[in-house]
Amino acid sequence: MERIHGTGASDGIAMGRVVLWHGCQANIEKYTIKDVPKEFERLQKAQDDAVDVLNEIYLKSLKRVGKKDSMIFQIHMMMIQDEDYSQAIRNRIKENKVNAEYAVWETGQEFAARFAKMDSEYMRGRKTDIIDISDRLVKCLNPEYGSGKVVVNEPSILAADDLTPSETMQLDKSKIIAIVMRKGFRTSHSAILSRTMGIPSVVGLGDDFDGVKDGMAAVVDGTAGEVILEPDEAEQGKCQQALEASRRKQQELKSFLGAQIKTKSGRIVAVNANIGHPEDAETALKNGADGIGLFRSEFLYMGRDSLPTEDEQFEAYKSVLEKMGNKPVIVRTFDIGADKQIPYLHLPKEANPALGYRAIRICLDRKDLFRAQLRALVRASAFGNLKIMFPMIISVEEVREAKQMLQETKSELESEKISFAHDIKVGIMIETPSSVVLSDELAKECDFFSIGTNDLTQYTLAADRLNDKIAKIYDQSNPAVLKMIELTAKNAHKAGISVGICGESAADPKLAEFYLKTGIDELSVAPPSVLGLKKTLKQACEKSAAV
Amino acid sequence: MQKFNYSIKEPEGLHARPAGLLVKCAQSCSSNVKVEVKGQTADAKRLFAVMGLGAAQNDQLTFTVEGSKESTECAKLKAFCEENL
Repeated sequence: MERIHGTGASDGIAMGRVVLWHGCQANIEKYTIKDVPKEFERLQKAQDDAVDVLNEIYLKSLKRVGKKDSMIFQIHMMMIQDEDYSQAIRNRIKENKVNAEYAVWETGQEFAARFAKMDSEYMRGRKTDIIDISDRLVKCLNPEYGSGKVVVNEPSILAADDLTPSETMQLDKSKIIAIVMRKGFRTSHSAILSRTMGIPSVVGLGDDFDGVKDGMAAVVDGTAGEVILEPDEAEQGKCQQALEASRRKQQELKSFLGAQIKTKSGRIVAVNANIGHPEDAETALKNGADGIGLFRSEFLYMGRDSLPTEDEQFEAYKSVLEKMGNKPVIVRTFDIGADKQIPYLHLPKEANPALGYRAIRICLDRKDLFRAQLRALVRASAFGNLKIMFPMIISVEEVREAKQMLQETKSELESEKISFAHDIKVGIMIETPSSVVLSDELAKECDFFSIGTNDLTQYTLAADRLNDKIAKIYDQSNPAVLKMIELTAKNAHKAGISVGICGESAADPKLAEFYLKTGIDELSVAPPSVLGLKKTLKQACEKSAAV
Repeated sequence: MQKFNYSIKEPEGLHARPAGLLVKCAQSCSSNVKVEVKGQTADAKRLFAVMGLGAAQNDQLTFTVEGSKESTECAKLKAFCEENL
């Protein structure tokens, strides 16, 4: 058994056999031609045929995923007919006296290389589109170069170096249960399409992909970005359970859409969603979330080669705020460091990264980074109900300093005549023992607390959450951890501020009653867990008279 | 000859979809349509050329429209930009 990690591109879990797809960039035979006009004719016919095929795919895709996501195939039609592209192919045929297939292939490589050098990650991603249309043309010229269709006979996990949009779109959803790829980012078209089609997917596996072999059994966890190769019985059992449970649950839970959790004493408990990417906001809404309890903004910094600009961040926050309407959106300022490393920041390796240079410590040290994020956030606040939360706080001074910077940002924007919400609520993550102990002091400095139980458990129990050997010790419902939560909640309420939970254990049904008794105001969980938690809470409210 | 400037609002810039729409619109014009950004000029009827400009959000595009119907087509392109880019 081996676990490999990449970027989770599409949520969900699946288990099955791997089918390794080699794509169709096989060796294109090169030969000398004499009749140039005849070769031009072949090319023209292939272009016409390719456009016909694409039009069919477009119409099919229109029904499956809608106009916006299908537009790519119209673009492909235009690319195939593009004058510069056609001219480049014809020149090669004429000047090098080579067959059309080879000229197309070479031109495709040349254009792809040009895009691969462009500044924006998005444009670099278009490289795949060019390879895709060139492959299609080659196939139209000579069907022996493959059908271009991924043929899979039984439900399987598709493994490929990279998938072009048309390969992804032609996948038979009933046969492909998951996708894993060596290359790709979350913004690759194939990733976007797999999300829309609801196929779990892990991309960007890099060299780890070498271990993926044809016919191998595997578990794909698109939510965690993890692939387990040759899973042992325990893992298989876990996956089977997860699958069955999710199937059954999905059906029952639909009735909880729009439900509000109200205790017998009339207190409302919000059930929010944790998200990592702007587009997850839709999933949160679809799953009936009352708001976003944790937007992990560090994900905007990951899977790329350079820092996101202020404008890029602004657009990301704005899109989430607009989607959520007046529902609250808590954005946690970047929690970089520890297990979330950003290669282009070149942070030195540390012996104890969890206890090292991370989160607010980086924010307050690299003020340039923090300021750009705060500016983007404050600007976005004009578009919805934004709350800002600082991670890894251990002292009152840190909160004051961060708030001071927020205040400076506001003054700066005010002088630039940029509008923003003037009443942005500011909160902190309670995830260190020191912040719990100081919670009475800290409560005076902010508008809300959100308890990050993942780290709070790790720090309270001195148990590395990434160390399998002590997985038993790392227990989020350990009495010491629960006492930490109680103390935090008591101090929050004494100061009149709200307290939420945004770690894994927020979704733990065994703790639901405890949360209600402790007076937790908000629980934030992964979008697919929202409805399940609402159900558990509703039942707990009815059962227990005390809350 | 008619000219107008337009600065891109689309967050991803002139990426595949908006570039495709722009080229479609330009192709429907009988005039010659050129688009310039940061000193680079492209034929607006050619998709790869337009995408190759790598025009980003807030970049200023300068359109040059030349032909017998230039004034109506210039207005049409302008309206297209306002709506789509």
